[in-house]
Amino acid sequence: MSDSVNQQQSQPIRFLLNQTEVVLTEAGPGDTVLDFLRLGRGLTGTKEGCAEGDCGACTVLVGRLHDGGLVYEPINACIRFLASCHGCHVVSIEHLRGADGGLHPVQQAMVDHHASQCGFCTPGFVMALYALWMTHPHPTVVQVETALQGNLCRCTGYEPIVKAALAAGRAGGQARDALMQERAEVTAKLRAIAGSRADVSRGDERAIVPADVDDLARVLTDHPQATIVAGATDVGLWVTKLLRPISPAVFAGHLMKDLTVEDDDIRIGAGVTYSEIAPVLADHFPEVEDYVLRIGGWQIRNAGTLGGNIANGSPIGEMPPLLIALGARIVLRRGDARREIALEDFFIDYGKQDRAQGEFVETIVIPRKGTARVAAYKVSKRANADISAVAAGFRVVVEGGVITDARVAFGGMAGTPRRAPSAEAALIGQPFAADTFEGAARAVAGDFTPLSDWRASADYRRAVAGNFFRRFWLEQSGGDMPVRLNRAVGE
Amino acid sequence: MKHDHDITAATPTLAETLAETPHESATKHVTGRADYTDDLVLPEGALHAYLGLSTVAHGRIRSMDLDAVRVAPGVIDVLTAADIPGHNDVSPVQKEDDPIFAESEVMFHGQPIFAVVAETRDQARRAAVLAKVDYEDLPLVLDPLSARDAGSFVQPGMTLRRGEPEAALAAAPRRIDGRMVIGGQDHFYLEGQIALAIPGEDDEVTIFTSTQHPTEVQHMVAHALGVPAHAVVVNVRRMGGGFGGKETQMNLFCCVAAIAAKKWHRAVKLRPDRDDDMIATGKRHDFVTDYAVGFDHQGKILAVTGDWYARCGFSADLSMAVTDRALFHADNAYFYPDVQVRSHPLRTNTVSNTAFRGFGGPQGVIVAERIIEEIAYATGQDTLAVRKANFYTHGQLTPYHQPVEDMILPQLIGELEGSCDYAARRRAVLDWNARADASGGVIRRGIALTPVKFGISFTATHFNQAGALVHIYSDGSIMLNHGGTEMGQGLHTKIVQVVAEAFNVGVEQVRITKTTTEKVPNTSATAASSGTDLNGMAALDACNQIKARLVAFLCETKDAEPGEIEFLRDHVRVRDEVIAFSKVVQTAYLARVQLSAAGFYATPKIHWNRAAGRGRPFYYFAYGAACAEVSVDTLTGEYVIERADVLHDVGRSINPAIDKGQVEGAFVQGTGWLTSEELWWDDKGRLRTHAPSTYKIPLASDRPKVFNVALADWSVNAERTIKRSKAVGEPPFMLGISVFEAIGHAVASVAGYRECPRLGAPATPERVLMAVERLRAGTAA
Repeated sequence: MSDSVNQQQSQPIRFLLNQTEVVLTEAGPGDTVLDFLRLGRGLTGTKEGCAEGDCGACTVLVGRLHDGGLVYEPINACIRFLASCHGCHVVSIEHLRGADGGLHPVQQAMVDHHASQCGFCTPGFVMALYALWMTHPHPTVVQVETALQGNLCRCTGYEPIVKAALAAGRAGGQARDALMQERAEVTAKLRAIAGSRADVSRGDERAIVPADVDDLARVLTDHPQATIVAGATDVGLWVTKLLRPISPAVFAGHLMKDLTVEDDDIRIGAGVTYSEIAPVLADHFPEVEDYVLRIGGWQIRNAGTLGGNIANGSPIGEMPPLLIALGARIVLRRGDARREIALEDFFIDYGKQDRAQGEFVETIVIPRKGTARVAAYKVSKRANADISAVAAGFRVVVEGGVITDARVAFGGMAGTPRRAPSAEAALIGQPFAADTFEGAARAVAGDFTPLSDWRASADYRRAVAGNFFRRFWLEQSGGDMPVRLNRAVGE
Repeated sequence: MKHDHDITAATPTLAETLAETPHESATKHVTGRADYTDDLVLPEGALHAYLGLSTVAHGRIRSMDLDAVRVAPGVIDVLTAADIPGHNDVSPVQKEDDPIFAESEVMFHGQPIFAVVAETRDQARRAAVLAKVDYEDLPLVLDPLSARDAGSFVQPGMTLRRGEPEAALAAAPRRIDGRMVIGGQDHFYLEGQIALAIPGEDDEVTIFTSTQHPTEVQHMVAHALGVPAHAVVVNVRRMGGGFGGKETQMNLFCCVAAIAAKKWHRAVKLRPDRDDDMIATGKRHDFVTDYAVGFDHQGKILAVTGDWYARCGFSADLSMAVTDRALFHADNAYFYPDVQVRSHPLRTNTVSNTAFRGFGGPQGVIVAERIIEEIAYATGQDTLAVRKANFYTHGQLTPYHQPVEDMILPQLIGELEGSCDYAARRRAVLDWNARADASGGVIRRGIALTPVKFGISFTATHFNQAGALVHIYSDGSIMLNHGGTEMGQGLHTKIVQVVAEAFNVGVEQVRITKTTTEKVPNTSATAASSGTDLNGMAALDACNQIKARLVAFLCETKDAEPGEIEFLRDHVRVRDEVIAFSKVVQTAYLARVQLSAAGFYATPKIHWNRAAGRGRPFYYFAYGAACAEVSVDTLTGEYVIERADVLHDVGRSINPAIDKGQVEGAFVQGTGWLTSEELWWDDKGRLRTHAPSTYKIPLASDRPKVFNVALADWSVNAERTIKRSKAVGEPPFMLGISVFEAIGHAVASVAGYRECPRLGAPATPERVLMAVERLRAGTAA
């Protein structure tokens, strides 16, 4: 441990909780926001349903400074670590009230529409809908459903909740809302914390929140074996489910938020969340927008980062199959040294990535689309907020009726996300025609030996992988009848 | 005495003003101020317990090394079977096969074998995984058919028989034999299992928990502690969902907390993590059913035989009653002229399956609907036409020899067919699929309209009783308690309405507090959809006793006749004199009139002889129907529900908003059972879908894109139930079958509807795609 880091010890975690400023000089890296609220502060309105970020009963809002403004997003308190709230405003259900001190319009609409039965999921729904109400005063049904992908209700069948969400929008009142009224004050308080490092311990466990990315590089040089925590949508479960120690932990989710579009490439900071990348991808690759919105629920998309999704090396990965197909590269940094590699080369084997100790993913570089034809597909038992059984990205270039380049990558088919060389070979140099894709659909069976598990059998995975090539052709060739399910509600 | 209305009369009442009463806790729900057990402020010095679970599905414990557990930080104690002062058993049917802690042999992966008691929950949980247990592996029996072949039963099965089905099958012009695989289901109540035990004086202990059956918890805790039932008080303010999963499953958690609390004389809370909750507690039974149906060329059913093989898990629990109920619903709404159906409750090395909304009924109904599909595809007809041809007519006998006397499905189905435009939409679906056939379209459509008829009453007749306690305080405010528990179904709201209406006061004047064994004894589980039927009548009985005393008092003091007294809103009229209700109460108090009453109710008419397979197990039937239309992606097997229309019978609804909520919620939950919710065990008997990351219940975006739900507002219960309403908790669960069959219809289109798609449940995208491929290849299921 270097002196420079030692000198930085015991700088408290500072954040706002509802109306209160919190200063924590002692905390463990695995302390969750949920336990802090319920056990530490007696704020029991926020519930624990699953402790893994899938049910949304623990939904709270986290406000943070972003692009000079203050944004509030719903997140899962059960897998959000307290240390990562340094410089944030944590808002729990107890803070919510109407302008007159009574029920908030979202709460009133929930009562009016009989939208609670057992009531246990209800505070989480209210918080997710509160976040939606602030940003989308007049949401569509699809926007409501998308906002609620991270909230499970077992009683109501959701119909009254959706109706309440639509009605709350009609009730209005955003300008008079407490979080709007307090905005300037909160912003000032958060600015005072912004850019500071936090470094706290409990016993021999330690959590460091670097001040900036250079600080992150320094901390990791000094603690090369540290657990890097970004959105914690995976590391959170190491703690809550596997009871695995993560100390020392270095928090990076608030860093590397840059997003720049250059002539040839889109450069995305590793700390950019799914929610932040979705509109950018929608602009540049409109074909994949719905794919990104099928990753996690809203809370997960607000927390999970692109860098974390890559660095944790999942065999499924959600984003990596698409990114590999798009020819993405990543910049790895250690200290001040950087190297850029093709993303597909980062995944060496199941559980093994090309990342040295002390090194971290800093930037993801995606070549722009140009004339390529792009698609992303996945199958899962449930359409939304379910990890893929099979995921795939396609990037096919056609010139003069002939396929001149093809990159097709899969997740869920092997120990790592990876390309399908036989299928690509069956495409390249061939006419852009149904028979070619039929050939690739057959060829892909030779590229992978998938496993059978609880998500899908090997047979199903193989069948779907082949059918994705058929779908790609059908989508490209057009026709009278739809080739995809229309999940949107007509409005 | 003149009532302003007879609450059991089939006439509209001024209670209509109460009909949209919101859930009694709605404001608390939305503000986070509704307290669940885990939210209660703990007494000073409270401890936390955590269960240690077996890591093999079947094995003999050679040795158990708990040293590392005992010395872990914060650990106070480790409890094993040896620490149980009374009986090591929580079998709800007194089979002595459901240990709190396994002693020598573990029977499923995840079975509790010990508990850690520590200063914090986190410490207890971390310590619990440090145990070193050495097992001798024993042979595994994991699925129902293996258990059948091994002759491994938890309890004897039942046979329902009428007529000569073998001869009728042999004589039938057509016959189909088939097998259906029906998956189980996790309850996924949002609030998990939880118990808080607070020790009292002498042998007393008070439990705060989240159970549907406080009385059973009381007895189990007394049994485990070796104390009389009067030493144990069990309190339930509300549950965060139950669905049957907290009917018997909470017993073990409460016993462990109570044992620890009494041993250390400190409050002890026990709350498993979601994964452990899903691994260690029972679920809906999965079944394999072999059926045979004989029918004529028009599709009229002549005979049915069937065998229901159920995976019950390692112990009996409620499996006998669950598998019985599967047979009670093996007919759904159809008359089987000659019939034999048999249940086989099989013992397996898996968690002991338990009650779940419908209680086996759905696994009976879905086979009846499969039989309809078989006939329809075999005869080239619309499934709805086959259904209508086989509905019960008045007075026909069920397989258990109870006549069906309140059949309203023809009217209900007729209305739904019209309101959802079934015929035209079915033609459009067929047209769509024909165009897909012609053009290589990959999206197929399917539509189905399916009914449900569901028998209401506990089939164990003695459970059909209830008690209530009503106090009027001298200021006129009313305290209400009854034996039912609130799990979100709106029971407390409805009973408050009943009491408010009885006295003709506002609902705000009636306070309902926690369900507690101290106030109403010997209650039945809040289950079998019976909560309102039973407790509503008991509460009404209590109200009527007090009202009778008030009337007698007024007659005496005002020299009036009972017919001259009327309960007006917040007032009582005696001839021309109108007195405030609170004034009447106060005066009665001063005159030493008892203002408290215990009410009671026992369901009339019902009886059941299981050995003979005859009787009247059900007081009445509840009915409903749904029409679902789906789109299916034949490249992946994924689907969306384009539209669902529901018309459901709740008799005369006490609270249409609450009843509609039950119907909508049940529809989506039933759809989840048959679509995305898959319990997946590996070959070592380990459940691998034990958290919401792997076990997928429906989301908002999975509900029907268009969802029209209506109550049959003309329906009146033919029996004298509370306000002539009908039970609503379970029956609409089976409306989800419409989605399942619609998916099958879309699948069948790839082979020209010539073959029954024989989808297995749940119809995950994988099963759908594989069915598509199978039908295209023309291979048998």
